[in-house]
Amino acid sequence: MPDITAFTRLSGQKTHQKALIKPLLRMMISIMVILGLWQAIVVFFGMPSFILPAPIEVFERLLLRYDILLKHTLVTGQEIILGLFLGLFMGLFFALQMLLFKPIKQWLLPILIASQAIPVFALAPVLMLWLGYGIASKIVMAALIIFFPVTTCCYDGLRNTPSGYLDLAQTMGATKWQMLRHIQFPASLPTLASGIRVAVVIAPIGAVAGEWVGSSEGLGYLMLQANARMMIDEMFAALFILSMLSILLYFVVDKLLKKFIPWEV
Amino acid sequence: MSASMRALSAKIPALQIDISAGYLRYTGSKTATLQGLNMSFPAGQWTCILGRSGCGKTSLLRYLAGLLDQKTSWSGELKTTPPQFNLKNNIAYMAQQDLLMPWLSVLDNVTLSAKFGNTITAVQKQAALALLEKVGLLDSADCLPQKLSGGMRQRVALARTLMQNKPVILMDEPFSAVDAVTRYRLQDLAWELLKDKTVVLITHDPQEAIRLADQIYIMQGKPSSAESLKVPASLTPRQFDPECAQLQQSIMAFLEQDDA
Repeated sequence: MPDITAFTRLSGQKTHQKALIKPLLRMMISIMVILGLWQAIVVFFGMPSFILPAPIEVFERLLLRYDILLKHTLVTGQEIILGLFLGLFMGLFFALQMLLFKPIKQWLLPILIASQAIPVFALAPVLMLWLGYGIASKIVMAALIIFFPVTTCCYDGLRNTPSGYLDLAQTMGATKWQMLRHIQFPASLPTLASGIRVAVVIAPIGAVAGEWVGSSEGLGYLMLQANARMMIDEMFAALFILSMLSILLYFVVDKLLKKFIPWEV
Repeated sequence: MSASMRALSAKIPALQIDISAGYLRYTGSKTATLQGLNMSFPAGQWTCILGRSGCGKTSLLRYLAGLLDQKTSWSGELKTTPPQFNLKNNIAYMAQQDLLMPWLSVLDNVTLSAKFGNTITAVQKQAALALLEKVGLLDSADCLPQKLSGGMRQRVALARTLMQNKPVILMDEPFSAVDAVTRYRLQDLAWELLKDKTVVLITHDPQEAIRLADQIYIMQGKPSSAESLKVPASLTPRQFDPECAQLQQSIMAFLEQDDA
């Protein structure tokens, strides 16, 4: 018996390593292909660098201005992460309210849908007015843009607990609160996780759009400034960092979710 | 410590349940599901209920488990002996699906009911481990249920049911989703572990009923009522003999009547 467990553990490790290397390899290849195409377009069509700079120029810029880029990246990253936390917290809170109090649901649902009907981008100037040019308005933008997917996922997850689980808990004499805490909430986690994955991808949109409308720092701000000064290579450098930031955030969150929700299918 | 140990292993009273002129109707439905139901589940014995799909046997079980209180109206007598024991607080329910929580380890699944009482003590954990040993799954205590096969999962469910330490066990086809050999072993294990409990077992499998039952009811009709069948005098779990084969024939004949 111990031999078998040792064997499975070993092979498990191996497959784990493979599982890590393969996507990395795939990503490297797709990045190379994209960069190659990009370079080919610049060379083939003779693009001037103020329209489309070559990837090499962008990388030079990236290295040259790394301190400035890093400073603005930190600001945007902070906005995204705080926005994520705020949006998740609000989504969870609203979903719980709708679950626990039926009348509240009837009142909240139209508001929730209306909040999604108003484009968040249209709200941005108002948010600037109320919350100022600083980081707060961008956090709220990011939170607002993820609010709807998180709330609906969380609510659906909490509502669709398999009825057998609830029956079992009821025969064991669980109170409403115990049922929520020990059965409904954990059962909703896989659904909530897909909401969080969506949120992580779209939260940067909110933060950067907020920066475009009015700010004094952040990658969105840097891009606007660079654009105005025709420093297109810097704009692309900022864009590159922003996409890397989003991808990194997604993979980190995905790994964390898989670690904490190992039963997720 | 020792007090809770005693509480866990304490002899629970055997409970008898008698139903007379039972009538059950779902709210919003025009016709009754059960009518003129007379049954008795003697203390410490296995009662098997057979019947076609939709005959109301699951409704009866769910009603006994207290799961239908808000959805149905009931009339008739439901008596427990000794009478001071409330049925709802003295049952453990085992369904066709094992209903193991996928986020809890096997051990935590077994101690699930303790979560709804108060905090889980070291003693309870010990008791749960002892039960897991009885069902032969001590090695899997820290696994998540998804690692287990169907038969193993149902054994964990059995351990969880025993952990509740209730005198009445209500079972709704708990062995129907596994292969024949696994089912046979599960029946033996359940029979061994649930010896002094009052067991009500719903099944679609006449052989299962014949093997395990101290008495058999067949539910049929619309609204349905129950009819008692005589079982062989031999001891459970029965080896299949000509008498059993005869009983199986008459069960099938009974069930086919319902077509009319």
